[in-house]
Amino acid sequence: MGLTSQSTGIGVLDSELRIERSRVDDKIIALAGNPNVGKSTVFNSLTGLNQHTGNWPGKTVTNAQGKCIHKDKNFIMVDLPGTYSLMANSVEEEVARDFICFGNPDATIIVTDATCLERNLNLVLQTLEITSNVVVCVNLLDEAKKKKISIDLKELSYQLGVPVIGTSARSGRGLGALMDAVYEVTNQEAASTPLQITYDDTIEEAIRILEPAIWDLLKDRLSSRWVALKLLDEDEILLQALQKYLDFELTSDENILQKIKEAKDRLEIAGIDHNVLRDKVVSAIISTAEKICSESITIENEKYNHIDRKIDRIVTSRIFGIPIMIGLLGIVFWLTITGANYPSEMIAKFLFWIEGWLTEFFIWLGTPSWVHGVFIMGIYRTLAWVVSVMLPPMAIFFPLFTLLEDLGYLPRVAFNLDNYFKKSCAHGKQALTMCMGFGCNAAGIIGCRIIDSPRERLIAMITNNFVPCNGRFPTLIAIITMFFAGVVASPFQSLVSTLLLTGVIVYGVFMTLVISKILSKTILKGLPSSFTLELPPYRKPQIGRVIIRSVFDRTLFVLARAVLIAVPAGLIIWITANIHIGGSSILSYCAGFLNPFAKLIGLDGYILMAFILGFPANEIVIPIIIMSYMATGNIMELDGLDQLRELLVSHGWTWVTAVCTMLFSLMHWPCGTTCWTIKKESQSWKWTAVSFLIPTVTGIITCFFVANTVRLIGLI
Amino acid sequence: MNNNIIPLNFLPLGKKAKVKVLISDGIMRRRMLDLGLTNGTEIEALQRSPSGDPVAYDIRGAVIALRSEEASKVIVEAIS
Repeated sequence: MGLTSQSTGIGVLDSELRIERSRVDDKIIALAGNPNVGKSTVFNSLTGLNQHTGNWPGKTVTNAQGKCIHKDKNFIMVDLPGTYSLMANSVEEEVARDFICFGNPDATIIVTDATCLERNLNLVLQTLEITSNVVVCVNLLDEAKKKKISIDLKELSYQLGVPVIGTSARSGRGLGALMDAVYEVTNQEAASTPLQITYDDTIEEAIRILEPAIWDLLKDRLSSRWVALKLLDEDEILLQALQKYLDFELTSDENILQKIKEAKDRLEIAGIDHNVLRDKVVSAIISTAEKICSESITIENEKYNHIDRKIDRIVTSRIFGIPIMIGLLGIVFWLTITGANYPSEMIAKFLFWIEGWLTEFFIWLGTPSWVHGVFIMGIYRTLAWVVSVMLPPMAIFFPLFTLLEDLGYLPRVAFNLDNYFKKSCAHGKQALTMCMGFGCNAAGIIGCRIIDSPRERLIAMITNNFVPCNGRFPTLIAIITMFFAGVVASPFQSLVSTLLLTGVIVYGVFMTLVISKILSKTILKGLPSSFTLELPPYRKPQIGRVIIRSVFDRTLFVLARAVLIAVPAGLIIWITANIHIGGSSILSYCAGFLNPFAKLIGLDGYILMAFILGFPANEIVIPIIIMSYMATGNIMELDGLDQLRELLVSHGWTWVTAVCTMLFSLMHWPCGTTCWTIKKESQSWKWTAVSFLIPTVTGIITCFFVANTVRLIGLI
Repeated sequence: MNNNIIPLNFLPLGKKAKVKVLISDGIMRRRMLDLGLTNGTEIEALQRSPSGDPVAYDIRGAVIALRSEEASKVIVEAIS
């Protein structure tokens, strides 16, 4: 048993900040940096973990931990959310600051962007005020080289007074040297004398008045100069965190209270109030950063960003901005739909060929027919449908989507859509959390932490479910390819499918905006808060890595979850379909019970039951529908996807049923994992219930409206 | 009166300006400062989003989008 977090002082903080040392001499290394500087890439390369990375600010929303062994020493790396400063203007900045200040890391690596170093130095300089155990990692050197920016790392290190290491984390260059520096810092082999920012004379005087009193009380626990500055700054949130960490209130000490008053009086005489002080402090830091950069960086080509600007002028232009966005989405869908068709067919054929063999094997064994029923007709078949219908679209969509993400396109989406979100009184970053929802709604919900206003964060969480996650995507694609594509002549099939899918997604985004607006006017009243959005430089995506990442991280993970749920679901369906009470199976009783309501909203009892059974994982909705129909209908053998349409039609499906099933898939209760995440993030059953009910009610109303309008005007 | 002193949201695209004063306070002021918008900082208006708002600005080498509400609270002096 090693030291636990409790005994190292970390335990006083949030559970997310708890670090387990496996050995007493394990070193804890915090990884900090501005958003979007490749921090997660550095983390992944050092620890071998697959923290998902993307080229947009705010990707890391929780603290990820991983182990890195260097020179036979264990280093526990903690990946902190990206922050521009330690003055904590949002929850994630607070998390990062609290860890650097109060988590007692043995060293802090600050990852910086070589192409934008001056802005990054703000965080570096602020960190140096707190701790001297800092290693600065100048990342993205390869990008800087391309832009003809050269950085004198030695000069930079001399100026800052701490080790500075240049890296290109994506190709792994410089990481060894980085760990060497970390090793030296944690073993006190290198004495660092970090740069100390000199403020305005009056501020320095005020610090001198207060600092000794703090030193008397805290000694080495925290930098007394920094604490003095923060006490004068009256940063409420920080002072609360400080109190939690120290377990007593600094201002309860008479001496300190007296000195604070004295120091403040000194400032007041010079006309420095609370706001002026903050301005002067920040200005001093920024002008220091400016000075350091002017001495260590040479930019050969002032116009190094002109290609990015040109691309931006096109992809965010008034005329082309939105069409390009929808077009790109369309291309991704088109590739997914056309690409998924053939592998689906092949996998289905292969798996059902195996089924044939397995059946013969069971007959040869002489097992009773119910054993064959349970294992083959129930479990195996459901699994086969999950794999053949769900796997190909997932395996194609996610790498494509990740490529867009890696390229840096998503912040441009947020930029394009911001005005609509503003008009819905929602936060501009909601466009980003919405994009995360395409991957997984639960991840999207956690991503909502990048929104600092609690009101807007709740809106983003409640509406996140309106974009289909990777579990529901294949459902939509499967319905489209099974049902609609076959109706049109073949050259237009994929075009029609793409348009339909794009239409559904655009409708989901539209509903996100409508519901956000309604929430803002009713139960979550308020005005949009201020926001700033960074548009990071475009980067060439690493295609190979993206494919591997998205297949292993997302596709296989989601598929494994689906398979896990499919086994019991398949079992339940087979059993309920084969146990008869009074002439009908339990399955048809249940479906019959749901049927009247389901018919009202354009579905049928089996479809609604599939959605209910799909609560743990949406991926299994379509396989359950297929299984239920097969268990109750006349068609017993299906050996390809082309017959699925016949199966659906023979159970009364019309195009309205298909449309309503797609709409209901887009808008119904969030899956189990998502609900659980909402509960965890909102800390409230009430908001979890709201998040459950709003999409469900919206879906029911929409489907009711569609189904009955069509019936009324007699289209079918 | 100097006609060049304007709120940032009135700065035409492609033009540069220097920050004169921030008229916001609280969290918004802090966030602006964090972006490096201190006195004398040079800003260039780069690109409008399709619906006209927000606008992307070049601030110390980073491209930052600001809604007109925020930009109107940064008073700048246009450089002609």
